[in-house]
Amino acid sequence: MAERGRDRTTRGQFGGADTERAHHREAAHAVPRPTPPSEPTTSTEVTQERERAPQRTWTLVPARRRTDVRSLLAVRIGRAAAMLSRVCGFGGGGTIGGRVALAVQPDLLRRLTTGRRVVLVTGTNGKTTTTQLTAEALRAAAPAVTNATGDNMPAGHIAALLQHRNAPFAALEVDELHLARVTEQVEPAVIVLLNLSPDQLDRVGEVRTVATSLRGALERSPRAHVIANRDDPNVVLAAALHPAVTWVSAGPQRRADTWICPQCGSILTNLDQEWHCSCGLHCPDADWVVTDAGVVGPDGVQRALELRLPGHINRVNATFALAVGTSLGASAEDVLQRVRGMQQASGRYAEVRLNGRDVRLLLAKNPASWVEMLDLIGEHTRPVLLLVNSRVADGQEVSWLWEVDFDFLAGREVWVGGERALDLAVRLRYAGVPCRVTETAWQALGRMPEEDIDVLANYTAFRDLLTSKEGA
Amino acid sequence: MTVRVAHVLPDLLGSHGDRGNALVLVRRLNWRGIAAEQVTVHAADGHVPGNCDLYVLGGGEDIAQVAAVRVLNRSTQLLRTLRRGVPLLGISSGFQVLGESFVTGDGARHEGLGLVDASTTPGTQRVTGEVTADSTLPRVGTLTGFENHLGQTRIGAQEQPLGRVTSGIGNDEDTTDGVVHGHVVCSYLHGPLLARNPKLADLLLEWALGEPLEPIQEPPEIDQLRRERSCRPVRARK
Repeated sequence: MAERGRDRTTRGQFGGADTERAHHREAAHAVPRPTPPSEPTTSTEVTQERERAPQRTWTLVPARRRTDVRSLLAVRIGRAAAMLSRVCGFGGGGTIGGRVALAVQPDLLRRLTTGRRVVLVTGTNGKTTTTQLTAEALRAAAPAVTNATGDNMPAGHIAALLQHRNAPFAALEVDELHLARVTEQVEPAVIVLLNLSPDQLDRVGEVRTVATSLRGALERSPRAHVIANRDDPNVVLAAALHPAVTWVSAGPQRRADTWICPQCGSILTNLDQEWHCSCGLHCPDADWVVTDAGVVGPDGVQRALELRLPGHINRVNATFALAVGTSLGASAEDVLQRVRGMQQASGRYAEVRLNGRDVRLLLAKNPASWVEMLDLIGEHTRPVLLLVNSRVADGQEVSWLWEVDFDFLAGREVWVGGERALDLAVRLRYAGVPCRVTETAWQALGRMPEEDIDVLANYTAFRDLLTSKEGA
Repeated sequence: MTVRVAHVLPDLLGSHGDRGNALVLVRRLNWRGIAAEQVTVHAADGHVPGNCDLYVLGGGEDIAQVAAVRVLNRSTQLLRTLRRGVPLLGISSGFQVLGESFVTGDGARHEGLGLVDASTTPGTQRVTGEVTADSTLPRVGTLTGFENHLGQTRIGAQEQPLGRVTSGIGNDEDTTDGVVHGHVVCSYLHGPLLARNPKLADLLLEWALGEPLEPIQEPPEIDQLRRERSCRPVRARK
């Protein structure tokens, strides 16, 4: 919490002043208790909640509630569709079940979340892992459901909520362009904003559009507690005006675009430190700071993270989970104990055996996450298999491969595959990294050296490798 | 002498991999035993220096274009160098800022550098997809690349387009892509353009050096990629 002397008015606008911060923290604990839909939370109840001491343990109030016939029907039919899909071998069935249930009862998301404390996690990178870490963190206090498959659209949310209808907590990963829509139906207790960088350029459009859409979603959720990345100017633009924000310092983003102020278009300076813009947008004071040694919380205590998940990026993800868990009443120690145990999140970072090889699976969907995952790969000299597809879910444009540095792979055994294997091959040629092009990931693994292998893949290539081994 | 390839303002215009164009140019000289280096010019440097042999400008967000024009307009040495015929490649937003004017998403009209006769207005929807075009430049042949832009650019009647589009959109609905004015070359094509189209890369290098280049053995995957991209499936799979 540096720069105490900064202009109060500006600081206040961005939730920086300490007195206001303390008030917000209390308010943040004043999340409405679970109530049946017939008794909507009134402002009186919120006031009573505010007067309570912020530290307390949750009494478990079952989230079961009376449901209307249509919703019951939606749930039943959705479950049947999911089971049918599983039996027929189409996959886990969750998403199709959610879709069917939504078709029967379009209002289902609101009905299934009423009375639960819902955490919505969004941002470009780290959503799935952070959502998993958050669910685990919340389980330190009470049962939690989550869309573990990474299906971050409403159908996936329904599927998650159907898993355990009495769980008081739900940690839901939300696509950044869908947060606004989800908050029309869901009143979240906490919204997590991780980061914003260009993702799938041909689909999502410009980052600032996303930031503006997120800002709208936050305006619609004035009672939510926002936990946001203060190092990312686009995230700050989205969250700065919200009345209750906890800021996490995750270390500067490496993306060049964030050098432009998303509010006024000026060039930002000091992005690696306390960035500020002449228009008033600036880096707010941090409540949680990720350090090389661990994490420092708002209580000033430094805690070691000691995660099994690799890399700096997961220390950041875990810190967001820690901030969520503690804001919803769990103790930091209990949360840490749980998140330390996590080895993988929906297959990400999983160590598996494929075609006779021990493989570490790394997912990277866009330039920012490729940089992060290549950092992990750079920690040793294992053979590497890179897989890139360009389907709708991946984004059709793969020119971002040229935003990423591959030079350090020179001298290692490198194979490339996926639908865009040739783009990778040309990219690596110009990076001075010899590579071999493979028809399928499975074949490549069989021909690679019999040692530990890192596989780095983008979204559908990763999914294919996880689900259909022979054909991948 | 080391050939200096300037990668201009990647912090403002650098979200579509167009930095690869600078890398391709440097490497293709290195492969021929010619010393070359990449000079990266950031917005914080204040202006673009005039002592490079080739300049490359990429695509980015429209809010960044306005800032880029400010920096480029301050770069008097660069503008003098360009008048001497030093080549400049502008891609997408980097194309738009080199024109007479462009209109950003908020409806505001901005003056460009006026190096080419082109003006850009936002279209109704973003155009994305593979493009093939027949180049109007000698020995360059078929151009391939990926377009991703909202802006529609009209080039002046006197201007030479870079390519005649055979598949995809390009500048506008007039089936042209880009523009060539002296040694200023503009295009909407990412990929990056020069990684996909090595003959265009070599032509720019010949302009920069003022002499023909030795032919080299092309790495096979470049031609394979060109062929794959020009007969790709019409729609991406889910």
